[in-house]
Amino acid sequence: MSKIIVVTSGKGGVGKTTTSASIAAGLARAGKKTVVIDFDVGLRNLDLIMGCERRVVYDFVNLINGESNLKQTLIRDKRVDNLWILPASQTRDKDALSKEGVEKVLKDLMRDKFEYIICDSPAGIEQGARMALYYADEAIVVTNPEVSSVRDSDRILGILQSKSRRAEMNQSPVTERLLVTRYDPERVDTGQMLSVNDIVELLAIPLLGVIPESKVVLESSNQGRPVVLENESEAGQAYDDAVARLLGEKRPMRFLTTEKKGFFKRLFGR
Amino acid sequence: MKLLEFFRGKRGDTANIAKERLSVVIAHERNKRTDSSSSKHAEYLPKLKQDVLDVIRKYVTIDEEDVTVRLDKSEDRDVLELNINLPDHAA
Repeated sequence: MSKIIVVTSGKGGVGKTTTSASIAAGLARAGKKTVVIDFDVGLRNLDLIMGCERRVVYDFVNLINGESNLKQTLIRDKRVDNLWILPASQTRDKDALSKEGVEKVLKDLMRDKFEYIICDSPAGIEQGARMALYYADEAIVVTNPEVSSVRDSDRILGILQSKSRRAEMNQSPVTERLLVTRYDPERVDTGQMLSVNDIVELLAIPLLGVIPESKVVLESSNQGRPVVLENESEAGQAYDDAVARLLGEKRPMRFLTTEKKGFFKRLFGR
Repeated sequence: MKLLEFFRGKRGDTANIAKERLSVVIAHERNKRTDSSSSKHAEYLPKLKQDVLDVIRKYVTIDEEDVTVRLDKSEDRDVLELNINLPDHAA
C-alpha cells in the first residue's frame, strides 16, 4: 500500500519544499521506496532543492497528458537509493492539474509499488494547492512561529477537513501533523516568539517535529542537497527525528531550549 | 544595546500578544467554517418556523417571537430545538 503525504502550509516561504525534500530523502534512506512530486506548476523549484535541475526532461503535466511515461519522467536521486523526483511543469496554464489527471499519475505510482508519495504543495489555496492535498492520506502542515503562518495553517486544516477526497467521500479524515520550522528557542525564552506549545494549542493537531532556525538550511539549498543529509547539523537531525516519528518511532523533541549563557555573555551579547 | 537591555530588563512579551490575537481570529474563522458547512442543512429553518407558526395560529394567537427554532450540531447527532411560548390566557 502506498501512503500519500501532502506537505502544505497555506503561506509561502515557510519551508514546504525544504521539508518535502528532507522528508522524502529521509524516508528513502530508511529503505522506503519514495517519490516526491512538485505540485507548483509554473514555479518549479523542488528540482533545484533536490539538485537535479539539469536532469529534467519531462514533467508532471507531460505525464498527465500522456506525452511521457513514468520511466522517462521520474528522476532518480544520485545520492539516496529508493528516491525519485517528479518535477513540476513550467507551463503558465494554472489549471493544468485536474483531479482525473493527478489520480491517473498517483495510480501509476502505486502500481509501481512506491511506498511513500510526497506531494509538495504550492503556497495559497488555489488549484495547485487543492490538487496537492486532494488525494492525501496524511498531511504535514509546515508552520513558522509567526502570526500569519499560524493563521494560514488553520485555513489549510479547514480545507483538509472539507475539500480532500477523504472528506468528500466521508472516509476517515486525513491524518494531520504539525511541523514547526525556523524555530528560535532563544527568542521564545525572551517572549519574542510563539512557543511550540502555543502553536500546538492554537492549531490543536499533533506535533511531528520542530526544526530549529539554522544557517545550514540555506547552505544546503545552495548546493541542492536535502537538509536531512547534513547529519552533523541540528536542522538535519531534527528532520531525521521527524522522519523516524513518521515511521512510528518514538523520539523526544530536541533543540527546544537554549544553552544557559554565562553572566558576561548575557551582558555583552553573543 | 545588550548592556542596556540587561539593566532595563527583558523586552515586552510580544509572543503572548500574538497568541491572544491568534486565538481570537482562529476561533472566529473556525466558527464561520462550521456555520457555512451546516447552513446547507439549516436553510429550511426559517420555512419550518413559518409553518410551525401557521399551525399554532390556527388555534392560538401568538407573535412571531414566540417561536424559536434552533439546530445544534455536535459530533454524532443534530438536535432540533423548538421553543413555543404560549400566551397566559390561551389555556
